[in-house]
Amino acid sequence: MNNIFTSPRSILAARHARGKFWRGVFFSSTLIGLIALAALILTILNRAAGLVVITDAVDRNSLAGRPLTELTRPELVTILQDHLTRTRLRTLERNNGPLDSLDEETLINLVMEQVVKPTIRKSYTLAETLFQRAAIEQEIAAMRAETPNLQVEFRSWLNPGFLTRSMSATPELAGVRTAVLGSLWIIAITILVAFPIGVGAAIYLEEYASENRVNRIIQTNIDNLAGVPSIVYGILGLAIFVRTLSHLTSGAVFGIQGSNGRTILSAGLTMALLILPILIINAQEAIRAVPASLRQASYGLGATRWQTIWHHVLPNALPGILTGTILAISRALGETAPLILVGASSLINKDPTGVFSFFTALPIQIYNWTARPQPEFRNIAAAAILVLLVVLLSLNSVAIVLRNRLSKRGT
Amino acid sequence: MTHETNNHYAIETRGVNLYYGNFRAVKDVDLQIVPQKITAIIGPSGCGKSTVLRSFNRMNDFVPSFRMEGEILFHGQNIYAEDVDPVMVRQRIGMVFQKPNPFPKSIYENVAWGARINGYKGNLDELVEQTLRDAALWDEVKDNLKKSGLSLSGGQQQRLCIARALAVKPEIILMDEPCSALDPIATLKIEELMRELSRQYTIIIVTHNMQQAARASDYTAFFTMDDDRAGLMVEYGETHQIFTNPRDQRTEDYITGRFG
Repeated sequence: MNNIFTSPRSILAARHARGKFWRGVFFSSTLIGLIALAALILTILNRAAGLVVITDAVDRNSLAGRPLTELTRPELVTILQDHLTRTRLRTLERNNGPLDSLDEETLINLVMEQVVKPTIRKSYTLAETLFQRAAIEQEIAAMRAETPNLQVEFRSWLNPGFLTRSMSATPELAGVRTAVLGSLWIIAITILVAFPIGVGAAIYLEEYASENRVNRIIQTNIDNLAGVPSIVYGILGLAIFVRTLSHLTSGAVFGIQGSNGRTILSAGLTMALLILPILIINAQEAIRAVPASLRQASYGLGATRWQTIWHHVLPNALPGILTGTILAISRALGETAPLILVGASSLINKDPTGVFSFFTALPIQIYNWTARPQPEFRNIAAAAILVLLVVLLSLNSVAIVLRNRLSKRGT
Repeated sequence: MTHETNNHYAIETRGVNLYYGNFRAVKDVDLQIVPQKITAIIGPSGCGKSTVLRSFNRMNDFVPSFRMEGEILFHGQNIYAEDVDPVMVRQRIGMVFQKPNPFPKSIYENVAWGARINGYKGNLDELVEQTLRDAALWDEVKDNLKKSGLSLSGGQQQRLCIARALAVKPEIILMDEPCSALDPIATLKIEELMRELSRQYTIIIVTHNMQQAARASDYTAFFTMDDDRAGLMVEYGETHQIFTNPRDQRTEDYITGRFG
């Protein structure tokens, strides 16, 4: 039987070929994106774990002849008293309380920090650890010939201790607790301020503002503000929140003394300014996407504008608004430049206790660590990046769960 | 403010001109809608039928460039008067739209919402049941009142929209091509329902479907476009007369299919 679909065969083939070509182009775009992402994650993971070679200033096992974890509290106190000067002990007691009253964990940490003083001689990346084991063994053997008391261990730089310790000048004693808390405080302020203002502005612009010159100018400005470099917001935050409003942001208005405007409040407000345009634009988009038929149905029943907005527009726009919020939070959590300007300090090891505390934040800590000369800081920077990613993903998943629950309602 | 007017009309328009910006969409409409009857507005696309219908409950207010001249009287009161709140107008003059547009809420909420926001004080459950019965939907949905309004078929959705409009207790129901998205069987059901409802309500329906106008309406208004593309009413009278003995050549051309 004759195929009736044969006619100009070559032309048809060319048309199909063109389609295949573009399909290939789009597929490779996706592939490049995936490869870049995989490379990023692998690089971070590569740095975040691996073999380390440690030497102790005082061999930790020779202190009492047994591992530190098996010692009793009085024994640990004795070690501290034996090895430290009186002044040093007094400083310790001033910072932590009387030695006798401390729990075992704190005492072990103090012994490690003050007496054992482990230093990392050499650290290897995960790839080296896995694939060049023989070469590493040789190198270690050579080192052992020089210094006999070497500890070799596999270390994941991202470990419970890393999460619970605060800032320290020695990489193996440094942690991200202060930075994580700082970041969470800042994000909390940012969301509390930016979400209501952003959604409110979006509602006004979409539902109330009439088409006129002033509103067009406002709209154009918001669109442009979304693209302003974050450092500019930092300068703005520095000028307004840290300096001009320092009475408020330092808490002096509320009777808090000895502080200046470089607080969590300033940082949160600056971040709120930064993400406000993004939030507004996304919320406007979501509000605009609510079908006109729904509004008409509502108005047709004799609903007022506000009843229509509250009962129909907002519930239906909320999933979209939350998507925009997720994007904005991600942006705020990762921003570094404005925080540097409003006074984040990477040398803080006191946990923030409220909005008027001084602060550090995860990206600041990462930035600071990657800039240090010792290679171990790059390891903990990688671990901190992982922490940042996890914090980011968990905040986002909360928003996603919320969004899914809301969009399921009523359909 | 009251006018010397014949109060036995449900709606009366006097010298109504409707504009979108500088474009005059409809000109010089004088129309008297008879209460508790079904009035059909027919005419070719773009002749301003829907614009006229939507001006009856001020739905055009949402089009920023919309402007109107003349008077549209409801109980002798111009609904476009300064001191009239369009919210109250829409409560008294309800609307059913071209595409079924139930709220993405439960069937119960779809019906109850309008009554609730308008401050209904009685028993909502009874109201919902009664209106769903009036809209000939109760038997199909009574066991599923919690299900989403969007889970119904197109025809059921449209009847739900009618029930939703009834729950606010309007006097007039405007229908803007309510069957254009429905199949013939669903269409027939809506038409039967309209007949039933016209005992209590005044119904004004815009339709593209001439058979529908002939079948379902008591009065028919024929609109067409002028040379300047402004819509105008050519002829208005009892449906029977319009379809069997039109007075105007243009009406005859349209209903016999020579134009349109």
